[in-house]
Amino acid sequence: MSLLIDLEKRDNVLCVRLEGELDHHTAMELRESVDAAITEQRLTHIMLNLEKLTFMDSSGLGVILGRYKSVQALGGEMVVCSISPQIKRLFEMSGIFKIIRLASNEQDALITLGVAS
Amino acid sequence: MRNRMELSFSALSQNESFARVTVGAFVAQLDPTMDELTEIKTVVSEAVTNAIIHGYNEKPDGMIYLEVELEEDLVRLSIRDEGIGIHDLDEARQPLYTSKPELERSGMGFTIMENFMDEVEVQSEPMVGTTVSLAKRLSKQRALCN
Repeated sequence: MSLLIDLEKRDNVLCVRLEGELDHHTAMELRESVDAAITEQRLTHIMLNLEKLTFMDSSGLGVILGRYKSVQALGGEMVVCSISPQIKRLFEMSGIFKIIRLASNEQDALITLGVAS
Repeated sequence: MRNRMELSFSALSQNESFARVTVGAFVAQLDPTMDELTEIKTVVSEAVTNAIIHGYNEKPDGMIYLEVELEEDLVRLSIRDEGIGIHDLDEARQPLYTSKPELERSGMGFTIMENFMDEVEVQSEPMVGTTVSLAKRLSKQRALCN
């Protein structure tokens, strides 16, 4: 099982929807495609929807933190939504919620980032 | 009854999912809970990824040796590489410590292994390799199929 990455632009937000498994192997693809979209389309925020992510390990935490740092450098924000209990445990273990906001669903995440629904 | 399996494979990142899925399929015969299965797959992924990135510096000609032993409710895992070894084990096991921040490593690998398993033992020798030995006793609170 690999990772499917769906990218969509909404105002100045890059909506990233992941389906499948996020590990060291697939993290490299995610990093490249998100960074390219942010740069090419001059976006400042990221909405990360993990509803269909079935597996994640610490490599996933690393790539998510890395994208958070890159939008933060642009004055942007990252909101993560629709996270499963298993993946939430990893986020809690790493303390990532202290800096990255969590929303229950995509609509709430987009409202948080100032995108009208 | 004891049941063992061994696996050896190239240190390639595409084998991370192969390793965790294979171990998951082998452990499934003990009827673990979904959480336990996820925990075991996650720690396999962590240890195999460490071997690839740190042990072999992402050089794909290295081999990774994985052993799993099941006995009653106990799962024992061993993940071994013949890579460069870990210079300072105490430092490597610190939460959020990574020797490769430029690769966006989170430094959470060993912390996750310690949280998800009952025992974590690491043996490493410079230029000889690293062996991570993990053990977990499965709970007996399984859903019964009537």
